[in-house]
Amino acid sequence: MSFRTILGAAAGVTALALAGSAAAQEKLKIGFIYVGPVGDYGWSHQHDVARKAVEKAFGDKVETTYVESVPESDAERPIEQLARTGHKLIFTTSFGFMEPTLKVAKKYPNVKFEHATGFKRAPNVSTYAAKFHEGRYIIGQIAAKMSKSGTIGYVGAFPIPEVVSGINSYFLGAQSVNPNIKIKVVWANSWYDPAKEADAAKALLDQGVDVLAQHTDSPAPLQAAEARGKYGFGQASDMEQFAPKAQLTAIVDNWSDYYIARTKAVLDGTWKSEDTWGGLAAHMVVMSPYKNMPDDVKKMAEETEAAIKSGKLNPFKCPILKQDGSQVECKGDGALSDEQILSMNFYVKGIDDKLPQ
Amino acid sequence: MTTFEAILLTIVTASTPLLIAALGELVTERSGVLNLGVEGMMAMGAACSFAAAVTFDSTLLGVGAGILAGIAMATIFALVVLGFAANQVGSGLALTILGLGLSGLIGAPFVGARRNPVEAISIPGLSDLPVVGRLFFEQDLFVYASILLTIVVAFYLGRTRAGLVVRSIGENHTSAHGLGLPVLRTRFLAILFGGACAGLAGAYLSLVYTRFWSPGMTAGRGWIALALVVFAAWRPGWILVGAYIFGAATVLQLHAQAAQFGVPSQLLSAVPYLATILALLLLSLRHGRAIGAPGSLGTPFVPDR
Repeated sequence: MSFRTILGAAAGVTALALAGSAAAQEKLKIGFIYVGPVGDYGWSHQHDVARKAVEKAFGDKVETTYVESVPESDAERPIEQLARTGHKLIFTTSFGFMEPTLKVAKKYPNVKFEHATGFKRAPNVSTYAAKFHEGRYIIGQIAAKMSKSGTIGYVGAFPIPEVVSGINSYFLGAQSVNPNIKIKVVWANSWYDPAKEADAAKALLDQGVDVLAQHTDSPAPLQAAEARGKYGFGQASDMEQFAPKAQLTAIVDNWSDYYIARTKAVLDGTWKSEDTWGGLAAHMVVMSPYKNMPDDVKKMAEETEAAIKSGKLNPFKCPILKQDGSQVECKGDGALSDEQILSMNFYVKGIDDKLPQ
Repeated sequence: MTTFEAILLTIVTASTPLLIAALGELVTERSGVLNLGVEGMMAMGAACSFAAAVTFDSTLLGVGAGILAGIAMATIFALVVLGFAANQVGSGLALTILGLGLSGLIGAPFVGARRNPVEAISIPGLSDLPVVGRLFFEQDLFVYASILLTIVVAFYLGRTRAGLVVRSIGENHTSAHGLGLPVLRTRFLAILFGGACAGLAGAYLSLVYTRFWSPGMTAGRGWIALALVVFAAWRPGWILVGAYIFGAATVLQLHAQAAQFGVPSQLLSAVPYLATILALLLLSLRHGRAIGAPGSLGTPFVPDR
């Protein structure tokens, strides 16, 4: 229901705009495709925040349209619809939109496309993603400092590289301040099922975890921690309002700077196809204010954040040991290469659990 | 509180919405109507109850709004399948899609709002008993209501004349009509009861279980409730058992992961569904047919045709 209505409205607006302002300066029309509802308070919500930032930054020079809850299996139609209705820059914001984006891009060579978290590019298709694992290293350190039981927890969505590298980075961070730290991981096998995420968090808390991180999309695990007087971290957005006493910090996805930069590039005519994988330094990953922790922990977190930003610290600094103690080949510059992080399918040494394959 | 107690408490929370929604659907199905719109009615219940609870800062009004939302959705369904004798499967699926979409629209302004937990009601003295104390005598009102509802529905269907009327209409609507029983009116009320229960179950999700609203938060629980009715062979007592088995399976698999038993989590996630299939298999081996399904289930009734 929703996206047809929006597309209909978009088409209507387009017609009016074309009829009314033939002489006026032509606006840059920007389209956004979201995989979830803008109200998910997570992934899609953050992309929409960035869309509004673009509108605010450029005012009359741009006009934006978004289509929410687009199924990955049926993305081609809405993407093409945007391309056909005069949108010159289109952001497709889920991994599963990769093939449809490339297909439409081929048909509309004059339209610029930006695909999030993908790895295939074309002359008019750029890709971008964020190094969330950098933030996870910091929260791992905080978790190890704040834990009294010595056991920290993690609610994961699916055992895919993006999540696994997050768990490893979180654990390596924790290990760096407490070599004896233990971690328990529970898979919800869902990106988004608030009730189940809450149950997963409760299971961890019941088994002695007192600080938990999450890589699922709802604030439910954090809220479960709040209800038990324990600690947690926000995911994707600042979730402080859901758990003012429990949220230590949140790893916030910040697409605004990137979207504004890309919009500017199109307006200036300097846009070209590239791959961006930005982290804390690029402001794509932002840590929300450090709260509910003693000053020394806060200081440590800020120092780590600064060290990662300046490039002094890399969460995946070599040597990295697998669970069996074997060393991972170091393909990057003193650390694992981007490629290795993006395809990570092993737990690091010290995680006392089996990774589901 | 021991880990064991804690696990049992979580199981109660996980099972209650399933129990409430499944009881409603049970009554609807016993009258001969299959309503596949439980998921949609639940989503509406969750959205409207949360919206009302936040707006008026009252859990009670929230619950009332959730129930009313469920009833409103059920009324639409009833008009279509009873008034126009439309296909029940199609209409039910449409109701689910409508409910999921509409709830997103209604809930949109309330995304990000938050409510304080609903207080548990403890019964003085009894709630201090070891192990069973907190489990049985310190729960929120919904849990007590769900148990009471099971008893009431079981008594109503099994022991009252009105319940017998519902069952006869579900078993064979032509004969029931011939006997002068009000087929359409009874079904209408049974559908509304189903809607009210689904709405209440939704209210439990957004007011107690997670305490926030977000689109699609029912995440398939309406469908599990539907499966439960089949699992229970259309008997209220078994719904209670089934809801708690489902709740326990979901919660225990998460604990098994946290305890690092090394069993694949994907397999563990499938346990509740495997349990349903197994139960169906065992039941039909014993009886040799799909036991308990009302004879007229899913068939539209048009008087004097």
